[in-house]
Amino acid sequence: MNHLIILPIIWPLLVALLTLLPPFDRSLLLRRYLSVGGSIVLLLCSIVLLIQSTNNPAQLYQLGNWAAPFGISLLLDQVSSLMLCLTAVLAVASSLYASSGEDEGGFFFHSLLHFQLMGINGAFLTADLFNLFVFFEVLLIASYSLLIHGGGKAKTKAAVHYVVLNLVGSALFLFALALIYGASGTLNMLDLGAKVATLSDTQLQLLQAAVALLLVVFGLKAAVMPLHFWLGSAYSSVTPAVAALFAIMTKVGIYSLLRVFAMVLQDAGFVASWVFPVLWWAGLLTIVMGVLGVLASEDLRKMASYLVVVSVGSLVAILSLGTPESVQALLYYLVHSTLATAALFLLADLIAHQRGKAGDRLVNGRKVAQPVLLGSAFIVVALSIVGMPPFSGFIGKLLLLQAVPQGNAMLWYWSALLGSSLLLLIALSRAGSILFWQVAGTDTEARMAGGRRGTALVLLVLASPLLSLFAGPLTEWCQAAAAQLQAIAHLTPGAF
Amino acid sequence: MELLVAIIIGVLTCCAVFLILRARTFAVMLGLTMLSYAVNLFIFSSGGLKIGAGAVLNATEEYADPLPQALVLTAIVIGFAMTAFLVVLSIRARADLGNDHVDGKLPVAKNTRQGASS
Repeated sequence: MNHLIILPIIWPLLVALLTLLPPFDRSLLLRRYLSVGGSIVLLLCSIVLLIQSTNNPAQLYQLGNWAAPFGISLLLDQVSSLMLCLTAVLAVASSLYASSGEDEGGFFFHSLLHFQLMGINGAFLTADLFNLFVFFEVLLIASYSLLIHGGGKAKTKAAVHYVVLNLVGSALFLFALALIYGASGTLNMLDLGAKVATLSDTQLQLLQAAVALLLVVFGLKAAVMPLHFWLGSAYSSVTPAVAALFAIMTKVGIYSLLRVFAMVLQDAGFVASWVFPVLWWAGLLTIVMGVLGVLASEDLRKMASYLVVVSVGSLVAILSLGTPESVQALLYYLVHSTLATAALFLLADLIAHQRGKAGDRLVNGRKVAQPVLLGSAFIVVALSIVGMPPFSGFIGKLLLLQAVPQGNAMLWYWSALLGSSLLLLIALSRAGSILFWQVAGTDTEARMAGGRRGTALVLLVLASPLLSLFAGPLTEWCQAAAAQLQAIAHLTPGAF
Repeated sequence: MELLVAIIIGVLTCCAVFLILRARTFAVMLGLTMLSYAVNLFIFSSGGLKIGAGAVLNATEEYADPLPQALVLTAIVIGFAMTAFLVVLSIRARADLGNDHVDGKLPVAKNTRQGASS
């Protein structure tokens, strides 16, 4: 067995524990080095796994060497290794950005950050539904604490809503898991996929009830309409470094939807008959609600939060088509939208600190101290999110549009996506011109974007031109990943 | 016995939903605790209800399904930790926001009596 597969789960755990032990508990500086260094090692490890998964067929890792349906399996395929890489990039940017002062708000910042990484990586790697629940809880309890890091009324208020909603979500998840176990006798994803065809009608009905509950749970994680109301206040009140990392959190929900419905249950009749239509309309409505939120936003962070909702809508709707082309487009767009929104969260914080009291609210304020750096970063990120060439958003949206089959689906999706792009263009150009051009007053005492902050920002902003520069190989890679995802579903655990 | 267990789980869930929809954090917390009791019983029964079946090998002819027992243990531990976190968060919210309403502010004057009775 390839033991490297479990390293993305073990390593953040080790780093998180080390930050609590001497000598790291004495010195914030040492904790920062450990945290950033740990994230970089995680990135290197994810890249190795990405290369391995590209050159080899999918691999199954049996924890404790227990045979597949009985023990817990981890599954490394192209999709999961891509998600690991994406998480690691965000981790590097987030730990680097936080190291410039935000981590002073609480002792446990870096520990919590790495516990959260452990949960996220585990959720991406696991091939067992109950294990998925456990890793969801690991990433959630770390995110609860990160959400209120630094304190303040807005954060506490957002955290109460977020925690209560997610606890209800966890309870529903457990109901769903018990139903799945009761109906099929297994919680292993591959085993479940193989057994679905042999279930009787009664068992299928139980399974459908479980699937309906799973839809609610994953929809809550992904912030799909009508379960997206927590996202706006949570993401806009949280510290920026954490917000950048949280950009991956909604994608965990989308990834779970992809795993369960586009891979495990892809051959079950009920998925095509009602699950995918529900996701389709929910996705389209999410785009509409997200765009309305963007237009109504009074500050840049809130706008970035609702941009997350828009991207979730586009992804969920395309997921519900269930074709290899749609999965290919989904993977490319997911990477692009995660990195772009994370960059926007960091950018909003820098702009807010350079504009004095006006902050990132869309009102007249001081001139920013570094107009060239922040202005060009804003242009790149905004054009990328809107979907203008030559940035990655353009290619991403093009792939999304091409993946939709002709007919009514095309009418709905094209008008939703193109209409939303136009409105985002208006909202973002309005925000940009107010923030950078409507200036009053002169001097600024500023949080300059140099060193760590600048590096973290540039790392995320540069991703967009790079994604479009290497769009050819990347889209081919995503195509192979999509084909592999659908092929895995027809394998039993013994076939690895 | 199936009917009895089903009724217990149903009643617990109903009470939990009612309490979660209340406006004060304490009631919501009680509701979530009750929901976790309901879900634990539900997981426990997912392996099928049997009387006189052994939990240990070679003790009896017939065995109870061991997996739901392992699952329910995990669920209990996680639920316990999450409830503890919520208790601390609610106290913090009470201190930060000055009241124990889930929205952080009490309803306006004409609704005060409703809010107070919840």
